[in-house]
Amino acid sequence: MPITEILFWALSAAAILAALLVIFSKNPVHSVLWLIVVFFAISGHYVLLNAQFLAIVNMIVYAGAIMVLFLFVIMLMNMNAEQEPNKSKWMKLAGIISGGSLMLILVASLKNSTAIAGGQDAGIGLIQQLGRTLFSDYVVPFEISSILFLSAMVGAIILGKKEKNMNETNFSKF
Amino acid sequence: MIPIQFLVIDVWFGLEKLLLIGGIISFSLVVAMYTTFAERKIAGFMQDRRGPNRAGPFGILQPLADGLKLFFKEEIIPLTSNKSLFVLGPALAMLTAMLTSAVIPWGSQIEIAGRTVSLQVADVNIGILYVFGVVSLGVYGIMIGGWSSNNKFSLLAAVRGASQIISYELAMGLSLISLLMMTGSLSLKTIVEQQMQGGWGGFLGWNILYQPLAFLIFLICVFAECNRTPFDLPEAENELNFGYHQEYSSMKLGLYLFSEYVNMFISSAVVSTLFFGGYDIPFVNESELASSIGVNLVALLGFLTFFAKIAFFLFLFIWVRWTIPRFRYDQLMDLGWKKLIPLALANLLITAVVILTLNK
Repeated sequence: MPITEILFWALSAAAILAALLVIFSKNPVHSVLWLIVVFFAISGHYVLLNAQFLAIVNMIVYAGAIMVLFLFVIMLMNMNAEQEPNKSKWMKLAGIISGGSLMLILVASLKNSTAIAGGQDAGIGLIQQLGRTLFSDYVVPFEISSILFLSAMVGAIILGKKEKNMNETNFSKF
Repeated sequence: MIPIQFLVIDVWFGLEKLLLIGGIISFSLVVAMYTTFAERKIAGFMQDRRGPNRAGPFGILQPLADGLKLFFKEEIIPLTSNKSLFVLGPALAMLTAMLTSAVIPWGSQIEIAGRTVSLQVADVNIGILYVFGVVSLGVYGIMIGGWSSNNKFSLLAAVRGASQIISYELAMGLSLISLLMMTGSLSLKTIVEQQMQGGWGGFLGWNILYQPLAFLIFLICVFAECNRTPFDLPEAENELNFGYHQEYSSMKLGLYLFSEYVNMFISSAVVSTLFFGGYDIPFVNESELASSIGVNLVALLGFLTFFAKIAFFLFLFIWVRWTIPRFRYDQLMDLGWKKLIPLALANLLITAVVILTLNK
């Protein structure tokens, strides 16, 4: 078995195992940490596909930034396994239905997919190629998504801003 | 699946990389050890006292004594802590501190028995992004340690540390983009080699001469990322008792304290690589020198030059710590978000305009 294949199976096994542990961990902080392990395994897959740029950006954005925010929220809320609220039967049923339909969509889309031969095109995941493709072929979607992010940022600032009179009395010297 | 060339490795290649990794890690640890000693000696000098001078001549064995003491201390794991994460915290802090050393070019190349060995563990074409990836993971050591201690002061310090690191990461990245626009490469080795092409034996090629503002922003951010004074708010003892490692004892505390020094060493190396020509010897043409005294000797001299640059930055870290008081927390956030980021953006814009006009 060539070494890439061994690595592929090892990474896949690690990713699936860690993903299962995300779901089955009682402690939400453990779940977040297992999710980080999943992202690492996926980054490993990107490296195997010769897409180092995607691998490292996946690590910086997901493992480095988004998961830190998750960790922030969970740590500050101090959620424990004992305090987990009991969910009603209907909630569980709704969860099963929505999860099941997502699964259905995933299976349906993967069933008809064919392997892309793009893997042979060495260097599509490298930074020069990626930048050129993003700013020529995909420039409109790229700009639109950046405007989306900008509006999300503005929205977050407006939501985070306190009322003016309250601000003056309590928080100006903080 | 595609067979990738770098995965097909022969035994000698693996062996020399293994030796190189072992060498770099032990070297970093020894340098970090003696940085703690230098810190105490320089602090002593600045405060008009002697500093440690009992263990060995001039107190030269003091770091060993410190380490030994930490190893033999009783280890206490708080009952209410989350035990597995409590152990994971310092391990992660140390790991992320060491990881960056893989992409730093420590020297040119040496020749042993007809084989050319590069003094860099991995010359990946995304070197700088790798550094950022590791830096962004550095948050976890602090956060996990602070949270799992189950102590509100630790948690507060961890939250402070994490938000500080996230905030300054942005300015750090933005300041580097202007540098990358000039070099056109993310590989640290290529960046060093480009700087060596400059006049005066490479000195005129150093990026500091073209990007002084980017260097200043980057340096400030490095101080913040290392949690050094004036940005050592996660360890502000007058507000938070001791910081995120308050509940730690024995070598677990030692690892946290030590990882700060390893971080200092590695970030000094990154700063020297990016802005000060890395292993470039100023006023000397390396390829001419290599033909007269041999490649290996030039590599050694280059490494020593690199180390001298690193030592200067280590001294700067210590110098600043014993000179400048710590910021208030709102001042810290103000500086990061309202001063450094706009400044870095302006620098980016100016660099882009200059490059565009020069290329036309």
